[in-house]
Amino acid sequence: MSGTTTPPKTSSFFRKAMRQKRFTFGLTVTLLVVAFAVFAPHLAPYGENETAGPPFAKDGVFGTDYLGQDVLSRLMHGGQSILVISLLATLLGMVVGVLIGVVAAYSGGWWDEVIMRLNDVLLAFPQILLALVVLTALEKPSSLVVIVLVGASHAPRVARVSRGVALGIVSRDFVVAAEALGERRSRVILAEVLPNMTGPLLAEAGLRLTYSIGLVAALGFLGFATDPGAANWGLMMKENQLALSTQPWGVVAPVLMIAIFTIATNLMADGLAQASQKGDD
Amino acid sequence: MTATETDADHQVAPTGGLIVENLGVTLTGRPVDVVDDIDLVLRPGEVVGLVGESGSGKTTVGTSLLGYARAGAVISSGKVLIEDRDVLKLPWREVRQLRGEEIAYVPQDPASALNPSIRIGKQIVELLELRGIGTAASRLQGARDGLAEVGLPNDDEFLKRYAHQLSGGQVQRVALAMAFLPKPKVLVLDEPTTGLDVTTQKMVLDTMAELCRAHHVSALYVTHDLAVVANIADRVAVMYAGQIAELGPRDTIFANPAHPYTRALLDSIPHLSQARALKGIPGRTPSPGSRPDGCRFNDRCSFAIDECRQQVPELRTIAPDHEVRCIRVEEIGTWDISRGTVPDSDPDKKRDIILSVQGLNIFYGRKQVVHDASFDLAKGEVVALVGESGSGKTTISRSVGGLHKDWTGTISFEGRELAKSARQRSAEDRKRIQYIFQNPYLSLNPRLTVEQIIRRPMELFGIAKGKQATDRVLELMEQVALGSQMLRYQANRLSGGERQRVAIARALAAEPDVMICDEITSALDVSVQGSIVALLEGLRKDRGISMLFVTHNLALVRSIAARVEILQAGRVVEAGSVVTVMETPKEDYTRKLLSNSPRID
Repeated sequence: MSGTTTPPKTSSFFRKAMRQKRFTFGLTVTLLVVAFAVFAPHLAPYGENETAGPPFAKDGVFGTDYLGQDVLSRLMHGGQSILVISLLATLLGMVVGVLIGVVAAYSGGWWDEVIMRLNDVLLAFPQILLALVVLTALEKPSSLVVIVLVGASHAPRVARVSRGVALGIVSRDFVVAAEALGERRSRVILAEVLPNMTGPLLAEAGLRLTYSIGLVAALGFLGFATDPGAANWGLMMKENQLALSTQPWGVVAPVLMIAIFTIATNLMADGLAQASQKGDD
Repeated sequence: MTATETDADHQVAPTGGLIVENLGVTLTGRPVDVVDDIDLVLRPGEVVGLVGESGSGKTTVGTSLLGYARAGAVISSGKVLIEDRDVLKLPWREVRQLRGEEIAYVPQDPASALNPSIRIGKQIVELLELRGIGTAASRLQGARDGLAEVGLPNDDEFLKRYAHQLSGGQVQRVALAMAFLPKPKVLVLDEPTTGLDVTTQKMVLDTMAELCRAHHVSALYVTHDLAVVANIADRVAVMYAGQIAELGPRDTIFANPAHPYTRALLDSIPHLSQARALKGIPGRTPSPGSRPDGCRFNDRCSFAIDECRQQVPELRTIAPDHEVRCIRVEEIGTWDISRGTVPDSDPDKKRDIILSVQGLNIFYGRKQVVHDASFDLAKGEVVALVGESGSGKTTISRSVGGLHKDWTGTISFEGRELAKSARQRSAEDRKRIQYIFQNPYLSLNPRLTVEQIIRRPMELFGIAKGKQATDRVLELMEQVALGSQMLRYQANRLSGGERQRVAIARALAAEPDVMICDEITSALDVSVQGSIVALLEGLRKDRGISMLFVTHNLALVRSIAARVEILQAGRVVEAGSVVTVMETPKEDYTRKLLSNSPRID
């Protein structure tokens, strides 16, 4: 039943968001970056691990890196993995976090206390620390592990926000009305509560995506890339920092990409938040 | 300055009142009139009631007298003259001075107008300081005098209180005191008693009327409540869709209303003295920008002819002081206040008990809010639970409906004992007892369509599904007078009255035997209330549905209920058939409620 309402609701919300300049701008830039990551590997002048010249030379657009690979080509190859990992991690974090938050808000009382206090314990760890501890323990982490770790570090933060949003909704009469009819609890949450949280949650998702990218890049920079040989924006910064003064492009190019992308997703999140604040008309 | 001086000042300076000429307010974005062509005179010492339903522009007119238009609107034409000065043309510094000192405003929700972090005494002293009244030494005394004038205590203890430590009525009287202290010449009151209990309302109204007359202050009393206006106003202006439809002395308006809209409004209001078959006004109030051509009431008027659709009627004088905006005044006959009166429900009718409540005690945590309440409900009968706020009437209804589970005692339905919460009850019990909420803006999921909302109980209780359910939804929508085009509307596109109809249709979809109606008309306009009551009455007669009707409005009880339970502080103080209780009340409390209820009959 909730499935049938989704299309008109999202499209009207989307239209409202599109009226926000920052949202349209953010969305355009985000799509451009995504397109870059998807299509660039096919257009790259050199292969991912192909030597293009001497190390730290000025050949090509952005020069070469510490192994003499073409920086532009590495940049073009390196986008996909970071974007996919961040996106999946964000999705995972959102789903788990929203479920925790809504269930806590809806159950209320004792359950709410227990869930949220446990959540607070997780919140006490800095996001990156949790990931580092596990990654150091593992010999050769797979992408899946990174996704799960980044997602898990988001979940308690998302839970906090979604509990706050849900608290304002679970006390409304239409939720009580569903209770009085004897609706199953899961249906009350999925059909009555969640659809009314989409605005703030979309905004939160945008913000979490931004953090994911930063986090994944930071892990790469710290040497926890899943495949040490493959191109990776975070890893590139670490590899090329030696020649920051003579061949800055090796570091600046990936930093710029990450900056542009995070600013764009952040603007999008901002626009969504404002659109959702403008009410439900 | 002492109290005697204050009084003397008021009396030696009677004013010329206030004149509004051709006032118009438009939206800033589009050339759309919110109100237009408003002519109004407030004579000194006179209370003028400005009555209208939501969307009529009454509050816009009220604030225009202070030269203020809300964001998004602008005062586009006309004059507001006070002692030959036009408020709308004054430089803003003078307008600022004038607001409060010459024209004071009392808002609907005074709790938000008082600063919650400043003590009452200090707030009043600050006001006097700001207005440059009195000296540093005399201001505290001034504050005390002001409070005494509105009948509040003025000892140090009271002056030291914060706004949240006062009751709603006290807060409203503090607001009145603050409005009167700078000795204004004109007072604008914007629904100051909405949300107050009848007893408190009466007290505030009496205080206000007394002060206005004593100090020769002209007052504009903006409200949607005709009964209140009938009790305090000298003259009444009825607004519809941004224009004054009728203006005249109070007695004329209530005894001899000339405009079809005024008559329709009066037809939709319940009387305390006699049951009535209430009628609503079909259709909905047009919003600015979508008002019809010609007479703005033509699409809802039963007297409309072609000319009404083409020609914009002027406000014309049909009797001394009595102006009407209708071209057919002479042709539509006379009106009688007892029109629509029906016999009270028969107190001796045989009762077939379906729901019975015995020794109900209800708790919120450790606090007991309802003590030993017992009553019953027969098939096809409406029992009203009446009381002031905090009397426990809603709490009782929620416990019966299974929405509140912290209670002891027995509630039995057809002889079977009901479980405490809805979840513990059988699906059959949940289906047969349906609850309708007070606020239709909160009780419908804004993300769902009307169809989804109404068909859900059918699917849940296995009454119908698929195409059959949709047909049934259409049938129900017709019964509650909703057009079939609304089937796919989301709830947030509907007006309050339409939402409440959807809520009723949702309850009916479960095919209940008992409906619990928790103040279901109190958030709605009187004309909408009229039509909802008519709808419920039809359902009761046709389907034999029993209803537990929670309300604070005794007049409404007379028209809808057969039996009434009067509640005070969580106890049933008086119970019986409506005629008996209302004609021959035994308890002081019931008598007090009856005498404090505003009446138009």
